[in-house]
Amino acid sequence: MKTKLEFVEASKASLAFRDSLIMIKRSSRHILRNIDQLLGTFFQPIMFLVLFVAVFGGAIELGLPEGVSYLSFLMAGIIVQTVAFGSTTTAIAICNDLQKGIVDRFRSLPMNNLAVLNGHVISDVFRNGFSTAVMIIVGIIIGFRPQANFVEWLVIAGILLLFTLAFSWLMAIMGIIAKSVEAVQWLTFIIIFPLTFASSAFVPTEGMPWALKVFAENQPITQVIEAVRALFLGFPVENYLWTSVAWCVGAIVLSIPIAAYVYRKKNVN
Amino acid sequence: MADTITVNNLHKSYGKVEVLKGVNFSVKKGTILALLGPNGAGKTTTVRILSTLLSYDKGSVQVGGNDVKKDADKVRSMIGLTGQAAAVDELLTGRENLIMMGRLYRLTHNSAKERAQELLEDFDLVDAADRPAKTYSGGMRRRLDLAVSLIAAPPLIFLDEPTTGLDPRSRLAMWRIIEQLVKDGTTILLTTQYLEEADQLADNIIVIDNGKVIAEGSANQLKSKIGSDRLELTFNTIKVLNNATSVIKAKGLEVDEKELKLSLPIKDTNKDVRGILDKLAKDKIKIDSMGIHKPTLDDVFLSVTGKGKED
Repeated sequence: MKTKLEFVEASKASLAFRDSLIMIKRSSRHILRNIDQLLGTFFQPIMFLVLFVAVFGGAIELGLPEGVSYLSFLMAGIIVQTVAFGSTTTAIAICNDLQKGIVDRFRSLPMNNLAVLNGHVISDVFRNGFSTAVMIIVGIIIGFRPQANFVEWLVIAGILLLFTLAFSWLMAIMGIIAKSVEAVQWLTFIIIFPLTFASSAFVPTEGMPWALKVFAENQPITQVIEAVRALFLGFPVENYLWTSVAWCVGAIVLSIPIAAYVYRKKNVN
Repeated sequence: MADTITVNNLHKSYGKVEVLKGVNFSVKKGTILALLGPNGAGKTTTVRILSTLLSYDKGSVQVGGNDVKKDADKVRSMIGLTGQAAAVDELLTGRENLIMMGRLYRLTHNSAKERAQELLEDFDLVDAADRPAKTYSGGMRRRLDLAVSLIAAPPLIFLDEPTTGLDPRSRLAMWRIIEQLVKDGTTILLTTQYLEEADQLADNIIVIDNGKVIAEGSANQLKSKIGSDRLELTFNTIKVLNNATSVIKAKGLEVDEKELKLSLPIKDTNKDVRGILDKLAKDKIKIDSMGIHKPTLDDVFLSVTGKGKED
């Protein structure tokens, strides 16, 4: 061996931070090199947006407040729905790692174990940010006219960031406990599909049957949608801002230690 | 010399299935130990425990003087693991894999980069260095996998069936690499189901079957346990074979009528072979072919487990 090896000396916390950066770089490279998935990330939100507006727009606009087009009503809902479904990629990526034996290698290294999960979750935030930007730009092209000022845009970005993190961490748990990628797919689907559809994402909740209406109006995804929608359209945000922040922060605070725990326990016994 | 690995009375169960039933062994610094056994013997479980990936139920395991349970991080910084499934990142290039793992071993970025280049050269991967690992052949992937384990030059390497599934040429290349590593002072624990591999590489062999160590020693010691060389004679017809059998009448004579073959133990090759050839010549018994069979580890395996190896 010719190379003289030099090792990094630093505190445990800063080494852990360095590990996470290394893993974020890895996961981001995965996203950029997985061309099929990247195309999906680009076209799927556009397709959803255009189809929903074209198919449902005419019928639903009749039930909307005066002067609100279905496009402007839908934007918040479709962004939140796309982010929620986008978080399943975190679960799939983690499940893939666990299946392929590379996690064994990571575990046998003197690295911080949570870094593997951090890498997937944070790189997913980048990817979701990209889809969201694509949707907003396409929305504006086809006639969406948001009323938000600069500060309100920052608040929107903040809420969506918290929401993405919350969902990605929740999905990370699914990715760890599921036994196969197929299992991840149906497991995440049966959680996300009802949550996003039984909400105010696509239609106002007024017309729903009583029990569904109570659920839809109080579940976390509706809080996030309503907060973003109000900021987009210049309506009063009421309590939606705080309830959505509380739900997201709560979910993050709970799911990180759970994810770390199940990850550490997986395959060790 | 000091022991790098000490395993005492190691027990491990998965639910009700007992996989390791009190395994004991130690590995001296700078040597190769081969864990030899059929599929399901407990080899991989042992390696997973030694490399901190798996907990165990009873016993004690020390690696480099550190307890694998209590000082897992210390153990991790001194080992390299090459598992059965080549654990490389398929979407990253060979070079990116090496640099990433090097940095996770706490190497500085520059050290990781330089060392990666050196390993790519040593392992004949320079041309493929900047291609994604998913485009690599099986042999290249194994070489990359082993190179990744060596990125921080750990003093102890675990190789879990390093040549399973490789073609003969890649297997030989892997053997040369392993031999070089030991020359450079690395301690290696290797699992294999190929007796030939253990014979070629290992200083010491532990034969493990059904969660227990059933034999141990150097290849020569194991071979001498099951006795001496044998002279094998083959004949053209069953009649000739029977004639030869009645003429030779030696102790330990084995006759295989289907193969028209007989074999008997010999001690002094010159004297014993000449004696038998003389006897046969006297009765004008014609031999079809003749050979001397030296005991192999296959024989060791058969004699200690009472069954053949499973391939």
